Amino acid sequence: MSVLVDDDTRVVVQGITGGEGEFHAGQMIEYGTNVVAGAVPGKGGQEVHGVPVYDTVDQAVREEDADASVIFVPPAFAGDAIFEALDTELDLAVAITEGVPTQDMAKVNKRLTETDTRLLGPNCPGLITPGEAKLGILPGNIFAEGNVGLVSRSGTLTYQVVDNLTNRGIGQSTAIGIGGDPIIGTDFVDALSLFEDDPETEAIVMCGEIGGEDEEEAAAFIADNVETPVAGFIAGRTAPPGKRMGHAGAIVSGSGTGTAESKIDALNDAGVPVGDTPEEVADHVEDLL
Amino acid sequence: MKLHEYQAKQVFADAGIPTPPSQLAEDVDGVLSAAGEIGYPVAIKAQVQVGGRGKAGGIELVSDDEEAREAADSILGMDLKGIHVDRVLVEGAVDFVNELYVGVTMDRGEGKPVAMVSTKGGVDIEAVAEETPDAIVREHVDPAFGMHPYQARKAVYDAGVDREVARDVASVLTTLYELWDDRDGADAEINPLMVTDDDEVIAADAVMNVDEDALFRQPEIAEMQEEAASGDELEQKADEYDFDYVRLEGDVGIIGNGAGLVMTTLDLVDHYGGEPANFLDVGGGAKAERITNALDMVFSDDNVESVVFNIFGGITRGDEVARGINEALEAFDEIPKPVVVRLAGTNWEEGMEILNEDLVTVEGTLESAVQRAVEYAEEGQA
Repeated sequence: MSVLVDDDTRVVVQGITGGEGEFHAGQMIEYGTNVVAGAVPGKGGQEVHGVPVYDTVDQAVREEDADASVIFVPPAFAGDAIFEALDTELDLAVAITEGVPTQDMAKVNKRLTETDTRLLGPNCPGLITPGEAKLGILPGNIFAEGNVGLVSRSGTLTYQVVDNLTNRGIGQSTAIGIGGDPIIGTDFVDALSLFEDDPETEAIVMCGEIGGEDEEEAAAFIADNVETPVAGFIAGRTAPPGKRMGHAGAIVSGSGTGTAESKIDALNDAGVPVGDTPEEVADHVEDLL
Repeated sequence: MKLHEYQAKQVFADAGIPTPPSQLAEDVDGVLSAAGEIGYPVAIKAQVQVGGRGKAGGIELVSDDEEAREAADSILGMDLKGIHVDRVLVEGAVDFVNELYVGVTMDRGEGKPVAMVSTKGGVDIEAVAEETPDAIVREHVDPAFGMHPYQARKAVYDAGVDREVARDVASVLTTLYELWDDRDGADAEINPLMVTDDDEVIAADAVMNVDEDALFRQPEIAEMQEEAASGDELEQKADEYDFDYVRLEGDVGIIGNGAGLVMTTLDLVDHYGGEPANFLDVGGGAKAERITNALDMVFSDDNVESVVFNIFGGITRGDEVARGINEALEAFDEIPKPVVVRLAGTNWEEGMEILNEDLVTVEGTLESAVQRAVEYAEEGQA
């Protein structure tokens, strides 16, 4: 069992003719993902990795019954590409692109209230249901099939924690990278609620980082709504205020909001053990299972 | 990206927001001639991007040539919280009866722009927000429509701005929102927006932060960035190499890929009793040259006693990283400081084969790599 994607998911890759899009479409197919189409304006009629390319996402949905898209479109055009995906009948759009202007995302955020299509990202590694499908750039070989659901704001930190889990023989149901930007689609609360409803997910790992208040909101949600045991990790304990630590969203503000301490306290108060190191997170998961 | 005050003032003035007359000066003669043209009294303001400029002695109000010379002498060339002052803004002093605050920012929790007005201007607005949150009126804006004129009026009247100037303040707020929207602002603020005894409103300070991810479509602002370059030499170098880099106080240099993992590496250095010297994210898919640049970057910091290289490959490939490390280190007759390397993920085995292990210390896990780097730094300090 899994959430959001499995081997039935029919995927269209937006930007499949670009360098990143082509490479990762190949990697997704190799992993077993059912990639049914590409969408690139002006490239309709071509084929990439034997997959037909259409000029618009709408055509790919109509012709190939795609129900999820993965977006590898440069930042200047990514906002438009996300709108294009949201305005179709897709169930899920995964935006990998890093560096989408925040004001474009504010407009996307408004549209999300008007559509049934779920957005993951932007600036995220995507998601993977081990052994079935991956939508995005996660390295498939470090994951293993299992019962731990993982949700994280960071790509490589996800790989690190998964590696610690897999090395102990703890597999994953689905791993979801929600992205490090200030305005994103699917957030911690959405992902937690999906895992809570998945009967096969027996424990959840939540990896947050400094900036914003999403982790605090997630902690409150866990306290009231989540029975599945959760272990946590928060990156950025040593980050100085006012400095952007790589991710556009990872800033501790001058007035002290968004600190690691506040997030760790909130999670602890909700009964979530927080590891000091990724290895300790794996210890906690082992205890919870 | 934060504009200097003089740049933000120019952008605000160009949009039609009233600002005091001002000129930029780089030496005492420049200050005197600017003050002569503007007319005393004038404020002399250091153009550096640090908070609390005034308290630190970076702003002086002067009323004649002698005072101006003295103030210019002391401010130009001073070190304000570690940043060298090489320019001042000479600005006509405003005789005010009231100080307001207006601002526009992105409310990330709501995912919407928010316009703000307060009659408690002229002080640290974050302190106002904490102590008396009701003193700041917030109006969320639907970005698809922009700010409706009524919303500006509503914010201004709800904040209790005097009737005599309400219309003008609403107009400044509307202009500020449009400016924020047009220029991909992250924050745009006027604090204080001064009210004079003849009911004029005038922007005595100007803050403009622009979304770095939108600079590709803001060529004028991008040009200002070059002028506004940070005072820290290492951070300037990081801009040239296009790294996400933050300089810190410690002695363990850190290089990694991906913001969350690099932050975690910093935290682990602290956890094992060391002090991180920096945050450096090489980003996704780094090739050998970028890795070489990253090492050059970290070795340029004299505080660094050891380096930990932590790469978990997804898009980034272990063989490219290993090649970059070899190239960087083989160029030295003697390796400046010990380098600890931990490679995992995509092509890590190929990377381990390529890596010249005479030049680095290899560790198999994140935890052991960090512990080793902390030990090296302690030995270096000893």
